[in-house]
Amino acid sequence: MEVPALLEGTAALLPHVAVLVTGLVVLVLDLFLPPRGRWATEATSLVGLALAFACALCQAGGEPRTVFMGMAAVDGLGTFFNAVFVLIAALTVLLSAPYVRRENIRPGEYYALMLFATLGFMFVGSSSDLVMMFLAIETFSMATYILAGLLRDTPRSLESAFKYFMLGSFSSAFFLYGIATVYGALGTTNLVALSQAMSAEGTSPLLLMGMGLLIVGLGFKVAVVPFHMWAPDVYEGAPTAVTAFMTAGPKAAAFAALLRVFAQGFGAPAFSEEWVPIFAVLAALTMLLGNIVAIVQQSVKRMLAYSSIAHAGYAFVALVAHNAAGAGSILYYLVAYAFMSLGAFTVLMIVARRDDQRHAFDDYAGLGVTNPALAAIMSLFMFALAGFPPTAGFAGKFYVFSAAAQSGYYVLAVIGVLTSVMSVVYYARVVILMYMHEPDADAPRIRLAPTSMAALGVTVFGVLYLGIFPGGVMHLAARSVAFLFPG
Amino acid sequence: MEYILAHADYLLPHPDGVTPLLTFIIFLPLLGALATLVIPKTELRLMKAVAVFCTVVTFLLSLVALSNFDGSTHKMQLAEYHSWIPSIGVAYFLGVDGLSILLVLLTTLLSILVVVCSFNAIHGMQKAYYSCLLFLETGMLGVFLALDFFLFYIFWEIMLVPMYFLIGIWGHGRKLYSAIKFFLYTLFGSVFMLLGILALYSFNSTGDYGTGELTFNIIELINNVRVPTEPIFVGLSSQDLIFLALFLGFAIKVPMFPFHTWLPDAHTDAPTAGSVVLAGVLLKMGTYGFVRFSLPLLPTASHNMVGFMATLAIIGILYGALVAMAQRDMKRLIAYSSVSHMGFLMLGIFALNPEGVTGGVIQMINHGISTGALFLLVGIIYERRYTREIAAFSGLATTVPIFAVFFAITMFSSIGLPGLNGFVGEFLILVGMFKTNVAYATLAVLGIILGAAYMLWLYQRTMFGEATTPENQTMKDMNFREIGYMLPLVILMFWIGLYPRPYLNLMRPTVDHYVTQMQERHAAERYDPQRATRQASHDDEADADVPAEDR
Repeated sequence: MEVPALLEGTAALLPHVAVLVTGLVVLVLDLFLPPRGRWATEATSLVGLALAFACALCQAGGEPRTVFMGMAAVDGLGTFFNAVFVLIAALTVLLSAPYVRRENIRPGEYYALMLFATLGFMFVGSSSDLVMMFLAIETFSMATYILAGLLRDTPRSLESAFKYFMLGSFSSAFFLYGIATVYGALGTTNLVALSQAMSAEGTSPLLLMGMGLLIVGLGFKVAVVPFHMWAPDVYEGAPTAVTAFMTAGPKAAAFAALLRVFAQGFGAPAFSEEWVPIFAVLAALTMLLGNIVAIVQQSVKRMLAYSSIAHAGYAFVALVAHNAAGAGSILYYLVAYAFMSLGAFTVLMIVARRDDQRHAFDDYAGLGVTNPALAAIMSLFMFALAGFPPTAGFAGKFYVFSAAAQSGYYVLAVIGVLTSVMSVVYYARVVILMYMHEPDADAPRIRLAPTSMAALGVTVFGVLYLGIFPGGVMHLAARSVAFLFPG
Repeated sequence: MEYILAHADYLLPHPDGVTPLLTFIIFLPLLGALATLVIPKTELRLMKAVAVFCTVVTFLLSLVALSNFDGSTHKMQLAEYHSWIPSIGVAYFLGVDGLSILLVLLTTLLSILVVVCSFNAIHGMQKAYYSCLLFLETGMLGVFLALDFFLFYIFWEIMLVPMYFLIGIWGHGRKLYSAIKFFLYTLFGSVFMLLGILALYSFNSTGDYGTGELTFNIIELINNVRVPTEPIFVGLSSQDLIFLALFLGFAIKVPMFPFHTWLPDAHTDAPTAGSVVLAGVLLKMGTYGFVRFSLPLLPTASHNMVGFMATLAIIGILYGALVAMAQRDMKRLIAYSSVSHMGFLMLGIFALNPEGVTGGVIQMINHGISTGALFLLVGIIYERRYTREIAAFSGLATTVPIFAVFFAITMFSSIGLPGLNGFVGEFLILVGMFKTNVAYATLAVLGIILGAAYMLWLYQRTMFGEATTPENQTMKDMNFREIGYMLPLVILMFWIGLYPRPYLNLMRPTVDHYVTQMQERHAAERYDPQRATRQASHDDEADADVPAEDR
């Protein structure tokens, strides 16, 4: 490879480089910092992420192109996802700072792993080759496996990590086998070349098998029904800060992969009519099962795990719509969900207090009396997750369902709105407990750490801003995916 | 502003052209709600003062709106238009016409009363209570003033949250059950309404049935979208299906039989203020929705559904009245009487003639006044005795004479005694219905008789006879504050009853316009099988020209 091309490629991937360097710096820095100087790792991470965000913004608006011999794409989709992942990582740093301190997690390990996972997400969003995508998925998966098991002394965290690792590797194998099969059918793994080759070749049984394997592989990563079995256990067992990160980051990354592979690679009508019906069934099952099972949970953390499955189902509906509005609304929905979920988990972590134990519904009884501000914020997130206006959750669902209606998937839209009504049952349960039950006698008045306050401030602002003024972000999202649906 | 001037044929701005009066009306209570939240918990007097101040100023602003209102035209007045989410055609679009002006006044008036009536009734979390009330007012006003479906839906949904808290936190009895039941029922209906809205939106965005623009602008949709009337699904046309989707949203709110079961629970278990707002304003949103959206947007479906709607309305009238008769709890009795009265109101609207619709709209106001007053009166008793059991009271007329007088007037207003407000509405509704269908009207008259029976019986059991128990002998009569907040309602009962003309004049041009427009539309799009066949064959040809993947 020529040096100029190498330089050009590196310049195009500057956001990725920034995150990588920050991760390495944090790792090394941790070795030299005295215990009292731990805040420096957090500060470094935030500065690095801010730099990465700035680099991502600078790239916005360019013509779609590929670098590193067609391996990485520099286009609207990649840029948008880069910005989203960096934002998710920054919020995670803010919300985990008190948690990391409280639970005696080594900050160097934690933040470095989180940054490497973020790097993986970003490469998923920017990959224009299936092999590249596989590597990126493995990168973030490895990092998150370790993060899930970070509380080495708690059996549940270890169980979570082990389960996640086993099923994650399993799904990676499916994905890899899918790549091999597609390569066998079409002779290329490059997504751009793929879309052109496919238009010329037409479908073959081998190709269909490859597509099926890719659906299974990515289905596991997104946790759509019936590939969701691992998610509740893993989410419940992992350290809460990591769970927050996992509901936002890997999920968004998996949707980035789905958009890249299916909307871009297999986007032509002759192929989309093969996978769209399958996706429609998956979306319907996911919305139904996620919401129904969430109703009967006894732990708020596990309830939010099922809710995250359900929300993946809503975003899936937009994928089924397979039109410009749908692709745009996926991006919008992922941003909206990231704010809602990270916000809700921040409250969860605050309520759980030391040892990360108090996650039962009953631990929320009377929170509205003992900690009115915290309860009000939690209510906002619950109503947002349930899809109430004027919050991000409503605008997101609105975009998704109108995209589905535009493509004629009225049944999916109806299932979507009905399951949203069902979801009110379990979200409202939290609100009922907070306001309409008496608090325990020994319920403490909780003092918030400054970083938690910052995380809550940003997420509340995001949820309300995206809900009241959805136009701006939706416009960006629509522009980012415009190249997928020309004309 | 440019937008309003460009559509001067149906929009009028504020006379001075700039004042966003309706925005002030809607958002002043919200401002008050936020202000109450930052007042320290111990400053109860200040909190109440802020709540009263905000509701009173909002009421005064709505009077200013009335003084700027031109009753001689059907146009949307005091209109405000700002683009909001242009990519999907959402705008911040407000306006008021003859249908909504009175409902706005009713809302702002009742809001003052419910704040004042809560002073001694609410204990605990008062800060949150008053901000919920104010927040609720913003939602209700927004529903009546929004002219953009997206905006309308936001207000419609957001209102559920404070109401849910009002019932769930400050209610009585099985309050949690009632709160969540209310919440889920209404939400269930409104998501179908949302689907109906989206369907209208997408019909308009296709060039064949509308302008081809993406817009949630209600006025433009009414003027432009023509939903097809050919049967597509078990004999129902697209128009019928959209009607049914909106119907679910509105009918649950009204509530019409058989969707009424949330109402007795919610009314009974809500605090007095909650019941008053529920009965006075929230139920009207459903009927308002039918008049504002279903009739003009879906004229043919509305005609097709007259039998269906009238049947449900009449079942509601008779069933509500009979069940009311059997109640032991005063609030539950009034709640069932609401089911009956709202059936009456729906019957008027679906007479689909100016008399019936006018009757329906004026009856929305009347029901708000008289049922609101009834709930306030029951609240007064409850504050003194902590029971609403009818059997616990007797001979109150001698111990609390002032109360007995107020109760009597309110009761007669609710029954529809000539000279009081209820009569005007019921009379117009019956006139309208007799023109359309004598059988329906005759059955509805039965409802009036039953209504008189259960109300008079209630009065007789509680007010007359001997005051036997010590509680009944020593009960305190109404104090000045209570008389103060009942008086405006009683004055209105007489005013509308004796001289309804100013009220009817305000709405006449709008109602006439709506009804005429609807009848013309219906005549134009009446389903004609022959034309439909021609149309279908024409469509097939047109489709054949389109390449397969574009379909």
